[in-house]
Amino acid sequence: MNRVYFDHAATTPVDKRVLEAMLPYFSESFGNPSSVLIEEGGPARQAVDEARKKVAELVGAEPDEIIFTSSATESNNLAIKGLALANKQRGTRILFSEIEHYSIMHQADFLRSIGFDVDFVKVDEFGLLNMADLKKKVTKGTILVSVMHANMEIGTVQPVKEIARFLKEQNVLFHSDGAGTCGQVPVDVKDLGVDAMTISGHQYHGPKGAAALFLRKGVPARPIIHGGFQEMGLRAGTENVAAIVGLGEASALATAEMTEKVPRIRRLGQKLMAGIGTITYLHFTGHPAERLPGHVSFWIEFVEGESLLLWLNLNGVAASTGSACASNVLAADETGLKASHVLTAVGVPPEICHGSITFSLGRDNTEEEVDYVLSVLPTIVDRLREMSPLYEQAKKGGI
Amino acid sequence: MAQGPYSDKVMDHFMHPRNMGEIEDASGVGEVGNPACGDVMRLYLKIEDGKIVDAKFKTFGCGAAIASSSMTTEMIKGKSIDEALKLSNEAVSEALGGLPPAKQHCSVLAEDALRAALEDYKKKHG
Repeated sequence: MNRVYFDHAATTPVDKRVLEAMLPYFSESFGNPSSVLIEEGGPARQAVDEARKKVAELVGAEPDEIIFTSSATESNNLAIKGLALANKQRGTRILFSEIEHYSIMHQADFLRSIGFDVDFVKVDEFGLLNMADLKKKVTKGTILVSVMHANMEIGTVQPVKEIARFLKEQNVLFHSDGAGTCGQVPVDVKDLGVDAMTISGHQYHGPKGAAALFLRKGVPARPIIHGGFQEMGLRAGTENVAAIVGLGEASALATAEMTEKVPRIRRLGQKLMAGIGTITYLHFTGHPAERLPGHVSFWIEFVEGESLLLWLNLNGVAASTGSACASNVLAADETGLKASHVLTAVGVPPEICHGSITFSLGRDNTEEEVDYVLSVLPTIVDRLREMSPLYEQAKKGGI
Repeated sequence: MAQGPYSDKVMDHFMHPRNMGEIEDASGVGEVGNPACGDVMRLYLKIEDGKIVDAKFKTFGCGAAIASSSMTTEMIKGKSIDEALKLSNEAVSEALGGLPPAKQHCSVLAEDALRAALEDYKKKHG
């Protein structure tokens, strides 16, 4: 069966052109980019520098403001811990939005254990940052705020520029996790006014294993991985040259092809959303307008998300769910079974979080695929509701 | 056709649930679970002469919850009440070719639903 891949927020396939660009850097130009005094090091050094320029161009940064890392998770860790530690003399208070990725959220306990004070800023029912709450919580001693550019579970794009303007006035550093936006929609770090931004290549047809952090020139930071002098002393370890080349190539392709891609994906997303909207007891999540193109997220009453996801998969459709039951199905025990913190934060009751689904479209999706999903989804929903004692009660007016 | 942590058996019962539905004049009904936990299971039993002659279920829940409900109904049909009371969640899980550790509670829920339905029967029929 042909698969319909509507899970681009999870990852994307590596573009063939990206793969081609990477291949010479495994066995042919295998040199260590730090071995600049011998011939083998030359091409590798050059390839890493070229990639840095391409990533910088994608987000409107200078090449020496781009630090390569192994993943968006590492970039988020470097941004938060690296900035926190380097700015500790100015204060110890750090704020996160309450809908950040785990790679931000789960740093809170660690930061507290080394003397920082971490607090969370509320979002509204659409997932937009509550500016009043931010202004209230940025108190004396606040050194760093992290608010993601876009949330990949509910699609909401934050008013990053407005947040940056306020934080600049307060002399507070601002990191934004751009894993959901960089390479996917136009991003200009200078225009946005952020001090640091996370860039994730495998979200836009680059390979896994390479990501980047934009760090504005002059912002004090400390490395969190110690060793050699790679990446301007901020990230030790021999560079993953082939993956970095891939990240660079994917960034160049994104820069070149974004203008054509974004409106097409947006149209497909709107069509999908309109079709899905006809299902009863269905509620869309995230902001209706300020959202990622091709991102459709919703929850359905009386249907459990993991079952819905499994049935979509059996029908050839790849999606994702914020359902607790699917959240940690590979865990060693049941302690990880919690409803999504993102959906809980936007006010979706926990029993309803269980029915949440996210479709995230990409550049290769077609209108036929949207039509196909719209043809199978209502049948799956009906089948699961038929089995659900909760739906039966609702029909009888019991809920 | 196993899927991720789910065995062939789990997927088979998930895709083709046995005995899904209601029994209008059930001798005992048991409902367990909590929507906040993501699972609600309702089990209907038809008991004649101390024997379970029919069993049906309705479940709101994940793949493991649906498969556990389905397997439980299959395992108790034709059994006496005493035999049914001996059915453990481990037996349900084992019959399904095993459940992932994070999903063991789904088989516990099935066992609980069975006990609740038998309790209900006893209450109604002294």
